Amino acid sequence: MKAMVYRGPYKVRVEEKDIPRIEHPGDAIVRVTRAAICGSDLHLYHGMMPDTRIGTTFGHEFIGVVHEVGSSVQNLKPGDRVMVPFNIYCGTCYFCAKGLYSNCHNVNPNATAVGGIYGYSHTCGGYDGGQAEYVRVPLADVGPSIIPDWLHEEDALMMTDALATGYFGAQLGDIVEGDTVVVFGAGPVGLFAARSAWLMGAGRVIVIDHLDYRLQKAREFAYAETINFTEVNDIVVELKKQTDWLGADVVIDAVGAEADGNLLQHVTAAKVKLQGGSPIALNWAIDAVRKAGTVAVVGAYGPLFSAVKFGDAMNKGLTIRTNQAPAKRQWPRLLEHIQAGHLSPRDIITHRIPLEHIAEGYHLFSAKLDDCIKTVVTTD
Amino acid sequence: MPYTADAHHRPTSEQLRARIPGWGADLDRADRPSVPKERTDLTTGAHWTIPERQPELQPRERSIEHGMLPPVFGTTAPLHGVSGLVRRFAYERFSEARAAHWLLLILGDRIDVVGSRVQGVLQGRPDNPITETGIRAEIGNRPIASRFGRGRADVNHTWMDPLIVIGPTAVVVAALVIRARRR
Repeated sequence: MKAMVYRGPYKVRVEEKDIPRIEHPGDAIVRVTRAAICGSDLHLYHGMMPDTRIGTTFGHEFIGVVHEVGSSVQNLKPGDRVMVPFNIYCGTCYFCAKGLYSNCHNVNPNATAVGGIYGYSHTCGGYDGGQAEYVRVPLADVGPSIIPDWLHEEDALMMTDALATGYFGAQLGDIVEGDTVVVFGAGPVGLFAARSAWLMGAGRVIVIDHLDYRLQKAREFAYAETINFTEVNDIVVELKKQTDWLGADVVIDAVGAEADGNLLQHVTAAKVKLQGGSPIALNWAIDAVRKAGTVAVVGAYGPLFSAVKFGDAMNKGLTIRTNQAPAKRQWPRLLEHIQAGHLSPRDIITHRIPLEHIAEGYHLFSAKLDDCIKTVVTTD
Repeated sequence: MPYTADAHHRPTSEQLRARIPGWGADLDRADRPSVPKERTDLTTGAHWTIPERQPELQPRERSIEHGMLPPVFGTTAPLHGVSGLVRRFAYERFSEARAAHWLLLILGDRIDVVGSRVQGVLQGRPDNPITETGIRAEIGNRPIASRFGRGRADVNHTWMDPLIVIGPTAVVVAALVIRARRR
């Protein structure tokens, strides 16, 4: 089969690999029909995530058709069209039993701080991902769901991570009616978080980025006010001005490890890799939220330390809420919203490329060429 | 202007409901999918108490913060070569709490890159910086207009990217040249 393969920072290529085999009775092998490149894939692509091995296939956002199932699989059969959450999880461990699927303790030997994620380095379990023609889906009775006939395949694809994570981020904000919600990052997750904030009753939603075309999307898709942080002297002061000098009630960090806006922070984290992530957006969030407000973090950071302004967070009495999204836990509600017309996830897709051209897809996304927001990878 | 307890100036809920599809559909905080954070009433499809143990066909490295090898794990790109030695040392010696653990894993990543460059040459499939960097996407995708005159913060440091891309290759080439000259 053809598969995307990591060859080192900023380098990927398509190689012939063996079709994955059943390695556990609970496995399924899924023939991938659509995958996506996630903003967090860029952290891998840029060499930021420890233990990202040459030869690994990325891709934690994918849908497909069940090709083969292991001997203990009961809920799926070959031919089923499935969407697969980016989390690999067992459903029964100490954490899964509490609904914390993204924190599963039974699927990642390499780290205890993070669960299993498809195609996201050995730090997240050493699984190959879905930017390939076939992928191994462990514990297939738990993760995948059959795609409803009425659901557009690209909407299903967005549910596997970006939409679920954005919606989860808004939930972490614990938004109440009338709250002013600031979202750092107008990428896919930020756009979905902003749109979701309205569902939860936000009174204002303000999206921050430095890419004008993404801010335009935030205005059109997420009905948000926007600020380009490069056009103001100090984004924290600007946000204070816009919130009666008190600060926002809720701030969502949908940027994560490669935040820009402070050269020293960005270079030490994203280029020299001496921090787990560049906490520029997180620090702005801490300073721009009001005292006793909530900072929700769904932007992905690496496991190494980061220079976070924790003193301000402590002195302001903030609530900081974080996690990888337990994607499938969001799905029933998200399906309701899509069916009701409240959400139209595929509207954020800007580029569709065949698997053979995935190196160009990564470069396009990484370099933000051609107003790229979300790239879908096709395998047929 | 004195600071008051009044809320900021905002549109009314009625105005928002009229303007934004689905506004307030999830207003009830208790009725959100991840509220409360921990729930024990969810069904997952699991029909096991503990997943059956996946065969460990070759020794699998694990964090020393795990009491045992978890029952399910990925098997792609097993440890090998010098990078494998460094990575295995990081796993066996240091917990996730130690910076040394992660810095050694990053070192292993860089050694892996160098090793794979050499291996690619030996296997007759050397890395191609043109195709693998996807640089051809610059053609036809407005490389100038996308980057300049738009206030992009990342343009300040993109000059470093080629160093990261060609760095490992340059190290290998330099090492080979030095070795050849010594001979």
